[in-house]
Amino acid sequence: MELNLLTIDAARSAIQERKTTSMALVESFYARIQKEDSAIGAYLTLTRERALEQADRIDRLAAEGKPLPPLGGVPVGIKDVMCTRGVRTTAGSKILENFIPPHDCTAVARLEAAGAVVLGKLNCDEFAMGSSNENSAFHPVRNPRDLSRVPGGSSGGSAAAVAADMAVVTLGSDTGGSIRQPASFCGVVGLMPTYGRVSRYGLIAFASSLDHIGPLAKNVKDTASVLRTIAGRDPMDSTSADVPVPDYVAEIDKPVSGLKIGMAEEYFGDGLDAEVRKAVEDAIQSLAKLGCDVVPVSLPHTEYAIPTYYIVATAEASSNLARFDGVRYGYRAKNARTLAEMYRRSRDEGFGAEVKRRIMLGTYALSAGYYDAYYLKAQKVRALLTQDFDGAFRKVDAIVTPTSPTAAFQLGEKANDPLAMYLADIYTVTADLAGIPGISIPCGQTREKLPADWLADSW
Amino acid sequence: MVTTPESSVAARAKYEPVIGLEVHVQLLTETKIFCSCSTRFGAPPNTNVCPVCLGMPGVLPVLNRRAVEFAVLAAMALNCRIHETSIFARKNYFYPDLPKGYQISQYDKPLAEFGWIELKQNIGKKIGITRIHLEEDAGKSLHEGFADATEKTAIDLNRTGVPLIEIVSEPDISTPEEAYEYLTLLKEIILYTGVSDCNMEEGSLRCDANISVRPRGQKEFGTKTEIKNVNSFRFVREALEYEIGRQIEVVESGGKITQETRLYNANEGKTYGMRSKEQAHDYRYFPEPDLLPLVVDEKWKAEIAKQLPELPEARRARLVKDYGITAYDAGVLTFSKELADQFEAAAQAAKNPKRVANLVQGELMGRLKSRNLEIGDSPITMQGVAMSADLVESGAISGKMLKDLYDLSFERGKDFGAVYEEEGRPVQSSDTSTLEKIINDLIAANPKQVEQYRAGKKTMIGFFVGQVMKASKGQANPQVVNELLVRKLEG
Repeated sequence: MELNLLTIDAARSAIQERKTTSMALVESFYARIQKEDSAIGAYLTLTRERALEQADRIDRLAAEGKPLPPLGGVPVGIKDVMCTRGVRTTAGSKILENFIPPHDCTAVARLEAAGAVVLGKLNCDEFAMGSSNENSAFHPVRNPRDLSRVPGGSSGGSAAAVAADMAVVTLGSDTGGSIRQPASFCGVVGLMPTYGRVSRYGLIAFASSLDHIGPLAKNVKDTASVLRTIAGRDPMDSTSADVPVPDYVAEIDKPVSGLKIGMAEEYFGDGLDAEVRKAVEDAIQSLAKLGCDVVPVSLPHTEYAIPTYYIVATAEASSNLARFDGVRYGYRAKNARTLAEMYRRSRDEGFGAEVKRRIMLGTYALSAGYYDAYYLKAQKVRALLTQDFDGAFRKVDAIVTPTSPTAAFQLGEKANDPLAMYLADIYTVTADLAGIPGISIPCGQTREKLPADWLADSW
Repeated sequence: MVTTPESSVAARAKYEPVIGLEVHVQLLTETKIFCSCSTRFGAPPNTNVCPVCLGMPGVLPVLNRRAVEFAVLAAMALNCRIHETSIFARKNYFYPDLPKGYQISQYDKPLAEFGWIELKQNIGKKIGITRIHLEEDAGKSLHEGFADATEKTAIDLNRTGVPLIEIVSEPDISTPEEAYEYLTLLKEIILYTGVSDCNMEEGSLRCDANISVRPRGQKEFGTKTEIKNVNSFRFVREALEYEIGRQIEVVESGGKITQETRLYNANEGKTYGMRSKEQAHDYRYFPEPDLLPLVVDEKWKAEIAKQLPELPEARRARLVKDYGITAYDAGVLTFSKELADQFEAAAQAAKNPKRVANLVQGELMGRLKSRNLEIGDSPITMQGVAMSADLVESGAISGKMLKDLYDLSFERGKDFGAVYEEEGRPVQSSDTSTLEKIINDLIAANPKQVEQYRAGKKTMIGFFVGQVMKASKGQANPQVVNELLVRKLEG
């Protein structure tokens, strides 16, 4: 039995049936991390003690012959933007390098309550801002399929850990594509649920109206299993929806025959890599053969998505990141003589270049005299983008698009060109803006791997 | 005393002040507005805190329904229109006692608008209330009272997240006296609703004043200054008085008013401009994405309305009607809800409620007024009044004795009951043998008056009653005296 390759159900059954133990599984994953992660850089912090305690609990349940909870003994990794009580949580930033939260993220708490074993905290772009994981204040993550390439971002560590068999499943966060794009770059499944489906409590906010927590896994069934566990109303998050959680795992066995699949020409235009186009078109052909009805749909405001996204996201970020001021926790500059100097230097020294760039963009967009022209207008365009999808979903059940215009690019290739980097999100930001769910499912390989994105109507 | 700059009376008459007030009121909820921490005042620093009000990474606000209900109650009591949908917004600024780097407030879609308070001194004049919105309080920066206070500032975040309403008036206020009255009435109404204790010492009511002057008849407003955080209504009045004089003097001497925030120094009776750097704020308001729009629908509004108590205006009218007292006295009795409650409780417990009202009006008010006392400082409580009313009602003491006992209460600063005990529970005399002796002596000593009475001048009886009362030191029962006198004189 290859312990590192087990799916959720296989792992849980193996422990339940005493073919292995949760402890052995955890040790096997830590051995794998020990061996592989120095080259990849997916983990920032290992939570060995917490993992072994949980594994022990699960093993005792199994020994007593009691039924294990749905994720009993399943080793998972958590993107380091989700707070874990008593465990360092950095958001990939120097400003939180030594921050130990007093509280748990609801999604993490729900995973653990369902028996999952948290192996550690995963590297990411600083405050989830980036598309290559090169913006981590600690070190970049490398793509396990080709170490010269980026794993995507910002949940690069979450995608790489799954791809390199260093966790069964992981949690990531998606604000403009940060789950789906790295999933596609690393050849794993990444799901961004509908806005409000999963509580954001304990997720270090980047852009509150766009932030989502979701799973990355090797297959859709594990993805469904994790979503079933973390979804649902949380009294600690006013924006979490009070909508019943269906049994996603049961739902995925339904045949696709008869589904109406939308194809939007706006997602197949200039800038789309030919190999990627081919892979996605082939996938759509396969769906047609399985009995799906492929229907053209129009999403006319797509071209405005990137500027709209970078105004809304940076505006909210400029406010969300104001709390990192050196007063109560996190990095504080030494020897500042005045309050203003303490603020200025703590934030200047604590934040990386991309984070500062976005704080400045967002501050500008909200400033007196510019608010109407930028923030307010962006909110109006956002409403139009949402209407585009409302219209399309009156005709189809899902829309299939590429996740990213290209496959994984080289480390350093776009690091000094923020605009080129921003365009890597061109096919993903629309779903975040509209609040609809999206899943990236591997559907081919270029030299390396490749991506397709499914967008579906809410819930 | 207020010291105002030398602006001549003539100069003053040429200008009209324009005043608007912003009042922050802490709501008396058990827990904070966005988390479940206690709001109790006076707890050790940083003990009423949790990850949410500390602004830890990743935490989210959850709105306290009770805070909304209290805000709606206050808005209803102040005649506001409650908006079905209002929006929370972030007010962004950096300050060490503001953990998130923004305050959650309301901006362009407040909870309530278009209210008013009617003044009494200037009968019929209404001061408009522009808006009432909900927001969270910030923490406190402490500069003294701990070990290395000379070098450091300490932060206490217990107050962070205590619910506040901000009540913004229209610039309808024309004098410092009107400002004082507006604040007094506002506080009275809020106290009646019970949503705040309005305790200025503990900061549960805070007031900022916007003030400008313009030549009488001019439509456009002059440049305003804002006077911040004045900690009593009297100081607001004094600060405004000073600031009006200062502004007129600046304008009269050809200068320009700088738009700025000024602080009032109560010891000197003067306002001082704060550094201009402090006010170059751009708060970058935008809708709070962590909270849904606040919806107070008709059903909820109706439930809240049921909790609205009888307000001062309505109660005054009822007191006039039920107890037959004057509108003025009803106003005094409703000065606070507590006093009005005490009065009504005392009156209802007494044998004759109207007599209690009559005594308050006839005996208590005048004594307070002549001594320049507020009703809250009265030595005689409402229970004391009720007790005295019952003693008169039962015939145990006479009206004259009551007056004397009231005087003694005021002299000694003691309640009626205590003085009544000290005087040995005096009773009016109905002992006919003692009275008969007094009357026989009187008749013998005043033959001329007896003659007049017997000749038909029946009013002469008053003279005799007076003399008997005097001789008995007011303790004779007037009715018994009257009967005895008639019998003796006629006989």
